[in-house]
Formats: sequence, structure tokens, C-alpha cells
Amino acid sequence: MNWISNYVRPKIQALVQKSDVPENLWVPCGNCGKMVFHRDLERNAQVCPHCEHHMKLDVISRLESLFDDGKYKTINMPEVEADPLKFKDKKKYPERLKDARSKTKRDDVIVAGLGKIGGRKAVVAAFDFKFMGGSMGMAVGEAIVKAAETAVVQNAAFIVVPASGGARMQEGILSLMQMSRTTIGVDMVKEAGLPYIVILTDPTTGGVSASFAMLGDIQIAEPGSLVCFAGARVIEETIREKLPEGFQRAEYLLDHGMVDMVVHRKDIPSTIGKILDHLMN
Amino acid sequence: MRLFLDFEKPIAELESRIEDLRRLDGNKTDNGLNISEEVSRLQKKADKLLKETYKKLSPWQKVQVARHPDRPHFEDIEKYLLEDFMPLAGDRGFAEDHAIVGGLAKFRGTSVMVISHEKGRETEERLKHNFGMARPEGYRKAQRLMDMADRFKLPVLSFVDTPGAYPGVGAEQRGQAEAIARSIEKCLSIKVPFISTIVGEGGSGGAIALAASNVVLMLEHSVYSVISPEGCASILWRSSDYAKQAAEALKMTSEDLLELKVIDEIITEPVGGAHRDKAKTLQDLGNVIEKSLKSLVNYDGQQLKSHRREKFLKMGRDFN
Repeated sequence: MNWISNYVRPKIQALVQKSDVPENLWVPCGNCGKMVFHRDLERNAQVCPHCEHHMKLDVISRLESLFDDGKYKTINMPEVEADPLKFKDKKKYPERLKDARSKTKRDDVIVAGLGKIGGRKAVVAAFDFKFMGGSMGMAVGEAIVKAAETAVVQNAAFIVVPASGGARMQEGILSLMQMSRTTIGVDMVKEAGLPYIVILTDPTTGGVSASFAMLGDIQIAEPGSLVCFAGARVIEETIREKLPEGFQRAEYLLDHGMVDMVVHRKDIPSTIGKILDHLMN
Repeated sequence: MRLFLDFEKPIAELESRIEDLRRLDGNKTDNGLNISEEVSRLQKKADKLLKETYKKLSPWQKVQVARHPDRPHFEDIEKYLLEDFMPLAGDRGFAEDHAIVGGLAKFRGTSVMVISHEKGRETEERLKHNFGMARPEGYRKAQRLMDMADRFKLPVLSFVDTPGAYPGVGAEQRGQAEAIARSIEKCLSIKVPFISTIVGEGGSGGAIALAASNVVLMLEHSVYSVISPEGCASILWRSSDYAKQAAEALKMTSEDLLELKVIDEIITEPVGGAHRDKAKTLQDLGNVIEKSLKSLVNYDGQQLKSHRREKFLKMGRDFN
């Protein structure tokens, strides 16, 4: 760490960065393999026009897609202790955080907004999977609690859109504690008589699925999303069981009674609008 | 036959020599050697070594003590802490999960609801209890018992000792994530005093599902973590060989967790670990549980629930 790496290098990087031009104008679909023009993909909310495969939607587009006219007020998030454990594996945790922050231009995983869906007040908290795999540490916990409190104060519905690999190991036990803290958050919403809706997106796993993400009054899943507690690799390695076809995908969860519905991304806003119309009358 | 851990090898050697000498002494060979003197000299040495070893256990060594096959299990808790334990079975949906046992009991004269992991000891038992790894049915049974406790105003005592929730096809099919989530939600919503104790391994979601309580206690050499050190090492170091480093980085010992204000109190274990004197360990634990229950006696139902909420909401907000 010195003057050159802290000051000069970022300046040079900023000069040569061409931020607005996507790296690839044509994107291969992860499912059918066909090339899709990036503008078509944008117009289609990152759903492949050939096979309807739902690719990851960035968190800001997510909020814009849900709120009426794409308008919402961002909810400011409380600051949290950055590295409570002084955690270090191959890399120090603060360095990982710094990398994630410069990559995503965000402080942590969750972006939350207050606006209207189908004309009714709603708070949406959405995960940015690109930020350390959407992992849940203290910042995510505080964000869910803050967003939930905002919903209660505003008499608004609470909608969470998780996309997360689970707990953030670098925060150790404190990341585990977020399972109870986020649960307290959503219970405050429920006790206030307000709807709590979860939109499960790809992937929602581990400590996130085993807490607030499975506690919605109504559980919606995007087609094809992976939703589970233990990942397929862990199960195969520890148990040596063969995994069934489509295991842990949204449609499989629907068949097994774990979600209310699997809804195409383009139909989610209208679906939520209808739900809120029933529940907030 | 006492089971020794790897790092206890020097102590094991001393104790086996003592054992041999005692046997000789018993044979009364009377060859002029003062055997009993030698025995007491070696015994002193062994005691000293044990004390020194346990005074500075590394986190990774603590993981091994926490997983010791002779660690106090529910059968010991029942023996030393409870009277008239009446097990209650089943989740009313699918199965009886033996990884979590529960039921009604008297604790020092008071009726309580007890919910505890059980790993089992002998091979057959361990299979029956699935090594303490619960399936969704275990967490659903726990919810059922917490509901009952809530209805009849019985304090809940939970005892945690699990490597984690079971990662299997059936468990996933039947909603492992939902079962854990719902169990945490239930822990946080009941309006009765709730004391949990990490007895051995506090493994991740499978542990917090029974430990979102008013007072969280930990036996001195137990561990409590978001992931096993092996799991953490294989993800972050790309090899489980780094489990030792991961155990240190994760801050999973009782001292660490007390400092992080995640737990409320540590129950000191006898020198050499809880398995060397279960009666004493569990008596001491019982005293702390009794004290903890007393500290909550003036709270009404709603206040008990708020107490739990505030406790968890405060976590991580009050460092320094």
C-alpha cells in the first residue's frame, strides 16, 4: 500500500476504463447456447428470447422492473463493523470487501427501495449476487432489518428478492446470527399485518434460504432458479446419493410444495400487484 | 478404557504406564521397588501435563474435544440434570427424527420442555441418531414442542450438539431450509423463558435452529460456528487440509464468542474436558441454567419475546 497503488493506479484505471460499452455485444445463453444481442437481452429483462432461460438480472434493473414506472426512493443502509473477526484466509477479508466494492460500486449486497407496485406501497430489498456471491454478513442482516422497519413505518408491503450463496464465512458466527436477526425483521412486518413476499431467484441457498427467504406469506420463484439448503456438490460428496432430475430447481420445489408459484420474470410485477390487491385491501 | 485424542498422546502414554505399574503392584511381586511411590510420581506428572495441555488448547484442538466420542450427550443431561424425562416423538407430518430428542421433564423441581440434539455413541446408536444431523422432521418436532411449551407456559431448555443439518436428497425434498427457518422463527416468537446451551458442536443452521434463545450458554471447550472448519477450508483455501487455520480464523471457541457478545456465559469444564467428569460439568451447567431462569422470572410473556429480539438485534451493533 503506497501512494502509487492507492492514488496513481486508480486514477489511471479510471482514465482507461470504458464503462458504458459492454464487454460483449453478443452474449451466449447459459442454457441453449445461442448468441443473444445484448440490447435484446436488456429489453427482455435478461431472459433468453430463444429458450426463456432466466439469466441473472442486476439489482438496479430488478428494482426498476418491480416498481411502478421504475420509480422508487433508495433506502439508506446503516453502516456496520467492517471486519469483526479480523478474518484472513488466503486473502484478508477487507481486501475481498474492497475488491467487491470496486467491482460493484456498492457498499454491500443489498439495495432496497420504497415505491409503489400496482399502486400500493411496497419496500423491495434485492440482492446483488455479484457482491461476494450475495453472501449474508452483518450488512445484509442490518439491511433486511432496516428495510423491514421501513415497511412497518410506511405501512408498506415487504418484498425480498434474494440471490445468495448463503452466509458470509468471513464474518463467522456473526453471519450465522443474521439468520435470527433477519427473521426478527420479517416477523415485525408480519406482526404489523403487512404482506411479506419472497421472490426466489437463482441461486438462493444456505443460511439465506434457511431463514427469511423461506418465511414469506407468499413464495414466488423464478423459472429454473436453484433454491436449496445444501448444494448438490455437498450432498454428493457427503452422502454419495444420486441426485434426481431437476433437483432443487424452482419447478422441483413447486412439485414438492415448497413454493406457491413459479412465475416468468416479466409477469412478476403484475403478480405482486394482484397479491397486494388481495392482501392490502 | 479412556479414549485419547491425538494431541493427548503424551498423557495417554503416562497413564498407560501408571496402569501397568498398578497391575504389577496388584500382583504383589515384592521385588524391593516402591511401586506406589512411582505411581504417585507419574500420576502427578500426568496431571500436570493434562492441566498444561488443556490450559492452552488451540481452536482446532477444541474442535476435537467438542467432538470427543465421550462428550456429555443427552443421556448424560437426562441423568444429571433432569428428573422424570418423558420423551415426545414425531413431527406429525412424516417421521420421528432421532437426531433431535425432546420431551417433558422436571429440572430442579420445575416442569420444563427439553429439546436436544443426540449424536449417539455406539455405531448402531449413531446410525439411529444420524450422528446428530437432523432432517426437516427434527426441526418440525422442535417447533411442535416449542408451541406446546408456549401453550402451557413451560420454560424451554435446549442442548445443542450437531455437526449441522443433514445434507441429503430426502431432507432437501421435504424442505430442510424451510424447516430450519421456521424453527428459528418459532424460537424467537415463544413467550416463555428459553435457555440454550452449546454442549459440543454448534454446527451452523442446524444449531441456531434450536438456539435463538433468551440466554445462550456454552461449555468451555464446545465450539459454535457458521460452518465446520473443514468446510470453510475447502471453500476458502480450496483444501480441507487447512481446517486448523480455518478453525482459528472462524473464532469459534467459547472465549471468542463471549468476546463477540454472541453468548452470555461460559461453563468451565474440568481439567481434561467435560468427558472426564460429566457429573461435575453438568451440575455446574445446571447451576447456571437455574440462575438464568431466575434472572427471567420477572418478565411476562411479551417481555420475554422482546428480550430475545433485542438481544439478537443488538448483536454486532455494540462492538468496542
